[in-house]
Amino acid sequence: MGFQNTETKNSGNIHFGMRIERKATVPEVHYKITLCDGTSCIRKQSKQIHQILDQELRKRNLKEVVSVHLSGCLGMCAKGPILIINPGYVMYGNITEADIPEIVESHLVHDTPVARLMVEENHLYNRFFRIFGDVDFFGKQMRITLRNCGIIDPENIDDYLSVRGYEALAKVLTDMKPEQVVSEVKKSGLRGRGGAGFPTGMKWEFTAKQPAGEKYVICNADEGDPGAFMDRSAIEGDPHTVLEGMIIGGYAVGSSRGVVYIRAEYPLAIKRLEKAIAAAREHGFLGQNILGSNFSFDIEIRLGAGAFVCGEETALIHSIEGSRGMPRPRPPFPAVSGLFGRPTLINNVETWANIPVIILDGGEWFSGIGTQGSKGTKVFALAGKVRNTGLVEVPMGTTLREIVFDIGGGIPNGRKFKAVQTGGPSGGCLPEPYLDTPIDYESLAKAGSIMGSGGMIVIDEDSCMVNIARFFIEFTQSESCGKCAPCREGTRRMLEILTRITEGKGCPEDIDKLERLGAMIKKSSLCGLGQSAPNPILSTIKNFREEYEEHVNQKKCRAGVCAAMLSYTINDNCVGCGACKRACPVNAIDGTRKEKHHIDPNKCIKCGQCYSVCKFSAVAKA
Amino acid sequence: MVEMAQEKMDELRTFIAACMQKEYSDSYLIAVLHKAQELFGYLPVEVMDEVAQRMNIPTAHLWGVATFYHYFNLKPIGKYVISVCLGTACYVKGATEVLEAIKRELGVEIGQTTADNLFTLHEARCLGACGIAPVIMINDKIYGELDAKKVVALINQYRKTAQVA
Ligand SMILES: Cc1cc2nc3c(=O)[nH]c(=O)nc-3n(C[C@H](O)[C@H](O)[C@H](O)COP(=O)(O)O)c2cc1C
Ligand code: SF4
Repeated sequence: MGFQNTETKNSGNIHFGMRIERKATVPEVHYKITLCDGTSCIRKQSKQIHQILDQELRKRNLKEVVSVHLSGCLGMCAKGPILIINPGYVMYGNITEADIPEIVESHLVHDTPVARLMVEENHLYNRFFRIFGDVDFFGKQMRITLRNCGIIDPENIDDYLSVRGYEALAKVLTDMKPEQVVSEVKKSGLRGRGGAGFPTGMKWEFTAKQPAGEKYVICNADEGDPGAFMDRSAIEGDPHTVLEGMIIGGYAVGSSRGVVYIRAEYPLAIKRLEKAIAAAREHGFLGQNILGSNFSFDIEIRLGAGAFVCGEETALIHSIEGSRGMPRPRPPFPAVSGLFGRPTLINNVETWANIPVIILDGGEWFSGIGTQGSKGTKVFALAGKVRNTGLVEVPMGTTLREIVFDIGGGIPNGRKFKAVQTGGPSGGCLPEPYLDTPIDYESLAKAGSIMGSGGMIVIDEDSCMVNIARFFIEFTQSESCGKCAPCREGTRRMLEILTRITEGKGCPEDIDKLERLGAMIKKSSLCGLGQSAPNPILSTIKNFREEYEEHVNQKKCRAGVCAAMLSYTINDNCVGCGACKRACPVNAIDGTRKEKHHIDPNKCIKCGQCYSVCKFSAVAKA
Repeated sequence: MVEMAQEKMDELRTFIAACMQKEYSDSYLIAVLHKAQELFGYLPVEVMDEVAQRMNIPTAHLWGVATFYHYFNLKPIGKYVISVCLGTACYVKGATEVLEAIKRELGVEIGQTTADNLFTLHEARCLGACGIAPVIMINDKIYGELDAKKVVALINQYRKTAQVA
């Protein structure tokens, strides 16, 4: 086949078109030990092993030259506890407390690895860990779908080939029947990453069982959640993985045509996809008789045009057909009657990106990662009031706390954590008590939010929860397609009530009214947009009811966000520097130099400029 | 000027003709509208009529589609399009203040163009640059970690550039 695996096992220094310079925390460290700190390894006594290791290193005076790091699940739970020693990337598995002295003596003192305990695993994602594994931000992560992002050159197909790219496709075409592919995906337990979490294997089976003939495969890259950029990054960083997943999907369900529906707002991702499709055609991975088999498949790109509801599968299909993107009732499901009335398999970008790994490493391996009902990993776009923002990929079952505080580094500027929002406009806000919720579809739903497509926004005490709720309903209201009344009218009424509350004109009944209206909209809307639109409101009422009550009863916004309830005053810290006076856009500030200034409340538009320019904390907002 | 428009129209006609060759040609309507907007900056009535005729699609359907999607401009736009990201991350980090500052500075509301045809103000739903929130995009360039003051300075920079050009 000519697939080249340029990686030499255990070489310890691998470059994939990009040089990664590592900064050692202690310059004279000679060895780095990584101990898997995943749930399964902990259950298998990895904590005790850590202790013994620590004692052993101290006893032999090696503490100075050996550093020990903990990592998130390495995905080899069956061989746990896992311990890795670098340089050399020597991996030890099934270790017990009794093995530790031997490893220390032989490997660390005499530089002779203990052969009997070594495990050879060459999973796809391991490469990622070898490169980034000991950096804090990456330590708790497990990168399956993003395994190549930032490592290969996304515009160069040879780079992708060098990391076993298109090997899964070759395997499928030469060794597997379509039914076997479907059953492998079923075995993996993979569920859709686009939000609803429908079991992917079942969807494939359903589509495959439709009578033969024209069928379609669609990649949903609409990514409308206003706080999420996983799919964009996945395509920009590694477009071929998504294509390979789709081609395999096409083979499995008997389709010869693929469509990627992508937002027009993502020009770079579109360009990379176009380039990747062209390269794949040139190499015979797309087109007639792929890799000499009798399977033919091609992919075309269709652009969205800025409508959130087009992420909903039936709306998306209408949009590809060139119409207004309005949802329709299901059934019939797209698997039966989709694009141009033909059976259609539609999956999210991240779902597709998992496929090549499942084929190469096996559904059984994949199903070993994660929790009972949610297998594998999930990518989150971590943003908001958190130190490290960016994409994180963690095994299912990781807790919200681990993501926000260990990977995200906590809240900057000494502020206090208030809530974490998941699921975007369809999800909810979870406060402190829910931080130990493990991430999987069921736990998040039980806590009152949803997994969603992976937006995760951290909110600190400077944000007003009523205002946040209003923000989301303003979004869904303007994105409602207008087809059904509960969503079209209901979201508007909710927005009106929330606007009233944030403007200080709310009354106590408003809170109950929101709850009643919300429940009604959820029950009676046609599509997921309406059915989930009230979630941000209902979850904030449930978890932050006191903030709503303060707004309506005391006309007070504790975060100081709702401008109508704010007033700015200047206190005795004022030295009369005049900075605020110059900054005020409406000349509401008055005062002579070196004397205390004064704000005219009638002129003040509450823009907060004075508050942000004052260097003496002399402007108070209340 | 008229010739230029003619040239663009010809390019659009060629594009439509290619789409009409394909199976399910109606489904390329949105692609055609994208092309038209790329060429003309917005969707002028004459262009819409042309599209309707060449694609054999009722004008009512065409306008239905064009008005459904936020991406399409039905009015001419300024030299610089400022899109203020109002995604969640930007919102949490103060995008509203940035937006208010721009509105004040330009004297326009969302969707409007300044009298000198220099700036059009749009809102955007997540530009995917949440790491450097709050962000705005001016034409194709992204600016991050803004506040009310920085954004006014930025606008003034663009004004200067426009004057020089
Ligand atoms: C309002 C709304 C917006 C949606 N947006 C997206 C989206 O942006 N991306 C996506 O993959 N799925 C989105 N979905 C879910 C899709 O309808 C569909 O379930 C999904 O693409 C199926 O793929 P999966 O099984 O791989 O998740 C959305 C659903 C609704 C109701
Ligand atoms: S729930 Fe809302 S978005 Fe969905 S079909 Fe009804 S009106 Fe349209």
